[in-house]
Amino acid sequence: MSAFSAIGEEREIDREEFTPGLEPQPTWCPGCGDFGVLKALKQAMPEVGRTPDETLLCTGIGCSGKLNSYFESYGFHTIHGRSLPVARAAKLANPGLEVVAAGGDGDGYGIGGNHFMHTARENHDMTYIVFNNEIFGLTKGQTSPTSPKGHKSKTQPHGSAKDPIRPLSLSLTSGASFIARTAAVNPNQAKDILIEAMEHDGFAHVDFLTQCPTWNKDARQYVPYIDINDSEDYDFDPTNRAEAQEMMRTTEDKLYEGEVLTGVYYRDEERPSYGQEKRQIGEMPETPLAERYFDEDYEWERTHDLFLDKHK
Amino acid sequence: MTDHELIWRIAGGSGDGIASTSTNFAKALMRSGLHVFTHRHYPSRIRGGHTYTEIRASEEPVKSRGDGYNFLLALGDSFARNPKENAYYGNEEAKPLYENLDELREGGVIVYDSGLLDTSEIENFDERVEENDWHVYDIDLRSLAREKGREVMRNTAGVGVTCAIADIDPEWIEELMRDAMPEKILEPNLEILEEAYELVQAEFDADAPDVTVPTGEHDEEQVLVSGSDAIAYGSFDAGCRFIAGYPMTPWTEVFTIMSQNLPEVGGISEQVEDEIAAAALAIGASHAGVKAMSGSSGGGFALMSEPLGLAEMSETPLVLLEATRAGPSTGMPTKPEQGDLEHVLYTSQGDSNRVVFAPADPAEAYEQTRTAFEIAYDYQIPSIVIYDQKLSGEYRNIPASFFDREPDPSLGSTLTEEELVDAPHDSSGKYSRFQYDNADSPEGVSPRSIPGQKGGHFLATGNEHMPQGHISEDPDNRVNQMNRRMRKFDGIRAELDEKGNQAHAGPEDADYGIMTFGSMQGTVEEAVGRLNDAGHSVKMLGVSDMMPYPEEEVSAFLESVDECLVVEMNASAQFRGLTQKELGKYGRKLSSLLKYNGNPFEPAEIVDGFETSIVEGGELPGHETKFVPAAGD
Repeated sequence: MSAFSAIGEEREIDREEFTPGLEPQPTWCPGCGDFGVLKALKQAMPEVGRTPDETLLCTGIGCSGKLNSYFESYGFHTIHGRSLPVARAAKLANPGLEVVAAGGDGDGYGIGGNHFMHTARENHDMTYIVFNNEIFGLTKGQTSPTSPKGHKSKTQPHGSAKDPIRPLSLSLTSGASFIARTAAVNPNQAKDILIEAMEHDGFAHVDFLTQCPTWNKDARQYVPYIDINDSEDYDFDPTNRAEAQEMMRTTEDKLYEGEVLTGVYYRDEERPSYGQEKRQIGEMPETPLAERYFDEDYEWERTHDLFLDKHK
Repeated sequence: MTDHELIWRIAGGSGDGIASTSTNFAKALMRSGLHVFTHRHYPSRIRGGHTYTEIRASEEPVKSRGDGYNFLLALGDSFARNPKENAYYGNEEAKPLYENLDELREGGVIVYDSGLLDTSEIENFDERVEENDWHVYDIDLRSLAREKGREVMRNTAGVGVTCAIADIDPEWIEELMRDAMPEKILEPNLEILEEAYELVQAEFDADAPDVTVPTGEHDEEQVLVSGSDAIAYGSFDAGCRFIAGYPMTPWTEVFTIMSQNLPEVGGISEQVEDEIAAAALAIGASHAGVKAMSGSSGGGFALMSEPLGLAEMSETPLVLLEATRAGPSTGMPTKPEQGDLEHVLYTSQGDSNRVVFAPADPAEAYEQTRTAFEIAYDYQIPSIVIYDQKLSGEYRNIPASFFDREPDPSLGSTLTEEELVDAPHDSSGKYSRFQYDNADSPEGVSPRSIPGQKGGHFLATGNEHMPQGHISEDPDNRVNQMNRRMRKFDGIRAELDEKGNQAHAGPEDADYGIMTFGSMQGTVEEAVGRLNDAGHSVKMLGVSDMMPYPEEEVSAFLESVDECLVVEMNASAQFRGLTQKELGKYGRKLSSLLKYNGNPFEPAEIVDGFETSIVEGGELPGHETKFVPAAGD
């Protein structure tokens, strides 16, 4: 038995394996878009071919942060905005893991914005799902970084004077190598996009539109949506950076005008992931570092081997 | 002048090569058979600004920088020429000479670079020289260096002059130069060294009553190790192969040493966007089955208080370093203080627990860093090594054999896949990772699994949780989980007592005590030696375990003395406060000697402080040190 025998195990994987047995009733409100993410993720996993034991799902705080309470895998429910740094170190320590991070728009684009920018820049091989419902849900309805300008809430009673974050454009500028937007109202597209994202070798950012029926009263806010990859009205090449950028701008403008565009916006298969880069320049071992701790035959270097000759 | 020790101070501007020159010279003295101790003083500037390093070299082991010094090599600050009159930084060219006169001992030696410095600009210089019986060597080191090589090589010229005056065989220096220098600069440096050496012999009276250094031979091979080196070595030998950080003085030293060496052995180093990320990365790597660490200095550590709590609640092993410098806020970035003790002990929300070590010197730093990893991984609790700018940059000689230890790659309380098979799972196959009624873990530890292990998946969380990791606000579960986590301290305390991290010195039956922690220990020990030589009856306790606190050992010490002076480098007596809080008594026995001007205590200040305050009941002069009397329980 190897140290991490779950990794690379080939067998039929049943979607039900990702449903906890001792599952508490989800704390999400009826009609919440978060159910759509959970469903899409559970459907995508077997098709990606990963088992709960080889998957690490890192979440932040908020309604989205409870995702891994209802999803059976190795999980790390971290703290507000910090899912990315935890996730990317786990991936560096053991590149064999399927690493997925998830958080809300406040978590991901607000408090964790700095980590988002840098994780994208470094192009870590992982998938990042941002539950974007344009509101702080669990703290009861405050304006979030993606709330539209003029959005009124208890903390912004005069209506927000801020333009919303443009997550897709920000992601592209920061360096993500796969960028998509999908919506909980279309679980089929969502599933396909998550599969693509997980199979992508690099930082895959999925802006996941999730309606909030409680704090954003219009639970149908993301309907009807248009899949730009299927639509005849939109013709662009997602591997072309300039065209992708233009499409993102259009999408982000239109969202606030009531037209929901979704799909895969950008895909760069050429750019090596951060782990590959690090291995290439000799900053990371070829084999997973974590395995060494379970290898009884490994000869551990000592201070005596490495440092002391420089100091005699 | 004493024959027993040389305390050599090399002063100049930042960027003049003071640090590298002094390290090499310290090595040479060590190789010649002496015990060495260095002390570093530098400004928060890249180029220019007065900086010095002291090397104390003696036949006997040395524990502190000593009081003052007896040999000044003043190079002149080559970056200090300021064309603006009355500019904020002023004309500092002569600072390396006149700023250093106050602490130069009577009968000491001054070598100054007459190519850069003019003594006529220094007030009362000649009178002071005469008064103090100083021996002055004005040598144009600058021109000498320029002639043979480049101006910056005047530090080599200064070392050559030092060797000639102090009777040090320049061969020791040459040997080091050959080891360390590339061919291109080696030749001119060797020439400069020789020329300077011969110049002194030719032009100055060789029999002048100057400083001489004895030579000897060490019983075994020695290595020169700084506090930062020792912490890095300790981490390395503890099996740490992942470090994440953000640069901040003085923690950067450990970060740099690890980053330069980890890739060579397949380890990983990550410089990241901020300190929150840094600590979170260490948690992620540790969660994934690698021994990992992060660290910072005061301001950066403040950002880490959030992930620190996460590590504790999720029971992810984590080692953090805190290299304290003077605060609050950015404070004095390059000056030592022990003002972050309470910050490290109490930061992060809730009844949050961590293990905190405050090593006293490089040897302890190595030892306790290893212990920090051992405890963190055995007990799944964050452990922190707090040290300061003084310890981080001071070098001492340590026998090379001290580091000849077995590495410790154990992940502590972590299961293998074979062990996981028999471990408790719930009905859906989830591993019950946080068992609180686990009979096999009397110390409150519940073993973990690692992502990728078959049959081990569980949920780690910063929320209160059930045994499988599910979030829970159930009151019974809460109490059980809290009790289990707090119970860890019992086992940890017992283990640490066995290791004996606390240091004792002085006669056991002494009437008085002096207590200290961290980097002040060596200085206090030297002061205690002198106090006993002077007829006082004093002993020392140097505490290293800050949390959990060694209550029994400290209580026994305080029971045995009439009064105890607590010496620490901060303004609010934090260590004394900790002692009173933990023991709940002895308040009437504890008074404080404090210093917080950016410079560490010297032994004489502690001797004076003790004699004036405790023995005579008088008041301390000046504002260098401060006495705070006992305040009751």
